[in-house]
Amino acid sequence: MPPDRLTQGLLRHDLQSVAALINRGERVLDLGCGDGDLLAYLIGAMGCTGTGVERDPGAVMAAIGRGVPLIELDLDTQLEEFGDDSFDVVVLSRTLQAVLHPKDVIVQMRRIGRRLIVTMPNFGYWQHRLRLLSGRMPQSRDLPYTWYDTPNLHHTTLVTLEEFFDECGLVIEKRIPLDGRGRQPRIGEHFLQHGANLLAGSAIYVLARSN
Amino acid sequence: MTSAEPRTLVETKRIRLFDEDRPLDFVRGGRLTDVTVAYETYGALNKARDNAVYICHALTGDAHAAFWHEGDTHPGWWDVMIGPGKAIDTDRWFVIASNILGGCQGTTGPSDLDPATGEPYGLNFPLIDMHDFVTVHRALLAALGVDHLHAVVGGSLGGMQVLDWSLTHPEDMDQAVIVAASSRLTAQNIAFSAVGREAIMRDENFYDGRFAAHDVNPTVGLAVARMMAHITYTSEEGFEEKFARRPQFDARHPGFGVDFAVESYLDHQGSVFVNRFDALTYLYLTRVMDYFDPFADPTAMDKVARTALKYLVMSFDSDWRFGTAHSRRIVRRLQSRGLPVSFREISAPWGHDSFLMKIDPYLDTVRAFLEQPAKPKPSIYRRRLGRHH
Repeated sequence: MPPDRLTQGLLRHDLQSVAALINRGERVLDLGCGDGDLLAYLIGAMGCTGTGVERDPGAVMAAIGRGVPLIELDLDTQLEEFGDDSFDVVVLSRTLQAVLHPKDVIVQMRRIGRRLIVTMPNFGYWQHRLRLLSGRMPQSRDLPYTWYDTPNLHHTTLVTLEEFFDECGLVIEKRIPLDGRGRQPRIGEHFLQHGANLLAGSAIYVLARSN
Repeated sequence: MTSAEPRTLVETKRIRLFDEDRPLDFVRGGRLTDVTVAYETYGALNKARDNAVYICHALTGDAHAAFWHEGDTHPGWWDVMIGPGKAIDTDRWFVIASNILGGCQGTTGPSDLDPATGEPYGLNFPLIDMHDFVTVHRALLAALGVDHLHAVVGGSLGGMQVLDWSLTHPEDMDQAVIVAASSRLTAQNIAFSAVGREAIMRDENFYDGRFAAHDVNPTVGLAVARMMAHITYTSEEGFEEKFARRPQFDARHPGFGVDFAVESYLDHQGSVFVNRFDALTYLYLTRVMDYFDPFADPTAMDKVARTALKYLVMSFDSDWRFGTAHSRRIVRRLQSRGLPVSFREISAPWGHDSFLMKIDPYLDTVRAFLEQPAKPKPSIYRRRLGRHH
């Protein structure tokens, strides 16, 4: 992984952090891949192979047009289209909160990929807590929507999310807390890991099967 | 196209590709020493000779895929797809379309004369396998001096040829586009074909396939086969939209005639068809589809897995002939070998025939796929901290 390439602004910040967790030549399934930014980088510059999954018609066309293989399907009901262990890595970036049945999706991902990378906004972020204390629904860069007009169906704090991963038979290999702008903050690692549930606007998890 | 616009005229050409010195040996046995193929080309082959696109037609198609023939009332069968500025842009691609082996639109088929007997081949024509089509397509390419294709594109039976070709000779192409096709017919699919064939073979004018010698044609059977098949190519929704229960204008007295508009339509479909299509071709080509099952061979994908061939598979939600389940099966198989495959299910009300219609999301996807860069370019935008949304 040439870190310089990732710091040149090739990708959205949090995608850069995800890209840095994927090795050259790996086979990647990107669920909710949008325009295919991550895969375009991984396939185009990192010798990876892979497939994106997306339903938004504009994003689907953009991804196919730039040369990213894309399968249009519903994450909630159609992930059985992918075979067991058919990918090295399955990525779900800022999408788990928007699916109908997060547990079903995670269980499918666990079946399909040897390693999972999941990014989730953190409802326990201090800005959200302040908003709640002031009596208002949280809104932030990570959760920018009003409560009545949002694709997000589920909210969780990182602590509760980690209990959920455990329940799904997954172990956390790595957790990367991101600040409110989707970047890895420049504060002490120890401090950050311990305060993640309060300090992180979102977090990236690398997960593996626990058995 | 309005009548004021000039119509680009094209012609079907014919070329003899197999003879005594170079016979065509069929996969399931049998040999022909005289095979002529009808084809059309549009656009121009570029200097690098890397812009050729091959079109494979469906059951009743022909070499006239686009533009106009002198006196045409309709353009070629895929004119919505192929042309200047269209999804398969003839300003960019050199497009080759041919009538398939066993056809009746200029390519050697069972109703042509067997040089050995001077009589039509009839049921002595060898049984055709999907791969025999591909062998003949490749012979045409060689004759045209095209040694590599940017893409092979086809719908329905055409898509099945694309699949077979991509698996057996993946080195021939960079991309394969498979629309509304199948990698294995279901029992219901075979049943529909069987009834169509029965209608033809039980026609009193069939004479075991020697109807030409009796100077007759099994038109009743062929028309019934077409009428039934046509129902499976549309959808309930499509029929409702077009006809609902409207009576036919001349149905003054209820009876067993053509009382409803839909009956008139089917009647018309049947009678037009018998004038342009051959009953033996219908038998042979439908049988090819029944037996097609490329993934039954566990080594089917070994060759393509060593190439960078990219697949686009598409289906239509109202298609119940080769619906989304058929396309998904193809995608699952290709995906299981890690092949790059894109898939879309397009929403359209016209059933299986949707692949012939002007449906923008469908055509736009084909275009985007064909015109994609060889390797994806990472998105480069400047890093403006805290400003992008």
